[in-house]
Amino acid sequence: MSTSVLILVVMSALGIAFGFILAYANKKFKVEVNPLIHLVEDVLPKGQCGACGYAGCQAYAEAVVMDPDVPPDLCVVGKQAVAEAVAELTGKKAAAVEPRVARIMCSGSADKAQRGYEYNGVQDCAAAALLFGGPKGCQYGCLGFGTCVKNCPFGALSMGENGLPVVDEEKCTGCGKCQSVCPKQVIAMVPLAARVHVYCNSRDKGADVRKLCASGCLGCGLCARQCPYGAIEMKNNLPVIDHAKCAACLEAKCVPKCPTKAIAAIVSPAQRELVESVAGA
Amino acid sequence: MMAEYFKEYFTLFMGAVLVNNFVLTRYLGLCIFFGVSKNLNASIGMGMAVTSVITLSSLLAWAIYNFVLVPYQLTFLTTVVFVLLIASFVQLLEMIIKKYAPTLYNLWGIYLVLIATNCIALGVPLIVAESAYNFPQTVVFAFGSGSGFALALVLMASLREKLQLADVPKPLQGLGIAFILTGLLALSFLGFSGMIPL
Repeated sequence: MSTSVLILVVMSALGIAFGFILAYANKKFKVEVNPLIHLVEDVLPKGQCGACGYAGCQAYAEAVVMDPDVPPDLCVVGKQAVAEAVAELTGKKAAAVEPRVARIMCSGSADKAQRGYEYNGVQDCAAAALLFGGPKGCQYGCLGFGTCVKNCPFGALSMGENGLPVVDEEKCTGCGKCQSVCPKQVIAMVPLAARVHVYCNSRDKGADVRKLCASGCLGCGLCARQCPYGAIEMKNNLPVIDHAKCAACLEAKCVPKCPTKAIAAIVSPAQRELVESVAGA
Repeated sequence: MMAEYFKEYFTLFMGAVLVNNFVLTRYLGLCIFFGVSKNLNASIGMGMAVTSVITLSSLLAWAIYNFVLVPYQLTFLTTVVFVLLIASFVQLLEMIIKKYAPTLYNLWGIYLVLIATNCIALGVPLIVAESAYNFPQTVVFAFGSGSGFALALVLMASLREKLQLADVPKPLQGLGIAFILTGLLALSFLGFSGMIPL
């Protein structure tokens, strides 16, 4: 009995003593932080995604306040509104932030792409990719285990019925987290305004692609020849689209010519709005 | 007389640094050892932070052990008390450094929090208490233990930096090869074991 009382007394005495010492030290050794840093941090979206190149929102707020060379428009997630608010708080000039969005550059859904083997391991793209590059026949395509979906800090990705992730353009902030966790690098961060994309990531030759996937890009270059603006260039058996040149085009001649429908123009609600405002202007 | 003291403390110091190296022969503090040994600069910062925290907290722990726990026959509480002591001491140290040495804080700050609950910071005071060291012995032993940890960390970081240029087989890349390296380092440190009779 007396021992337990003694333990109680000693431990609480130590606890209280340390508590008081720390409380006193907290007051005594308080460091004044520039209050502007907190104001800037409040404006930032707090996704802690690191798309700005800093460890988190707090680190960026500190850098943008303390360092005159750090631009106020590094937060891709916050888009124009945040860049303007940060610029106003820090007295810096914000350049226009182009809204970005993630797009899955693969259309090899379960019914179109061949499978190399049946995979029964950990349901994660990174794990599956370790085993001979994943169960998909195509070494470049989306594995469909949803590692990007799990890692999206904003809940903008979901797994579609056909085994390919679907991006919710309203929720996607363009932070690029999904791109960095994807073992196949099949997710691209593209300007929201860009309409035409090639939904295939395969650098294989046409004949090999045809064997593995019904919707893969064969690298034939028909689209590049069709484009009246010279916006498409063939690189590594894939068309690369210059979105600045592509934006001038309203007819999308490249799309109907594609033999496998790998190239497509998207018209989502947000997209239509943008296109209409461009066309109207 | 002087020479005798010197010999005793030198033996104690070298024993803590090489023969009973905390990482490589006692296998303590492995989480920070693998976490912070990726680049040399970080490992030097971490090594210094660990050394100073271990030395100072061991002294405090020694005082509490000998002036509170032993006189009241409460030595069975040692572990709990030391955990409490070290956690609060690291917090206190962090505040003081933040106030008076901001440069040092930028260099060490993130590591200090990691040390607060680390086994090596708890292990050294416990061994000191167990071995019934006196005050100067505690200073030397704690400083030696910290230096030994820093030595192992810096060695490992240098190796891992070199390793980035090497062609490591794919399944072993990253932590895998780090474990193998640590094993080899531990083997080589075993060679010291006959040097000082304990």
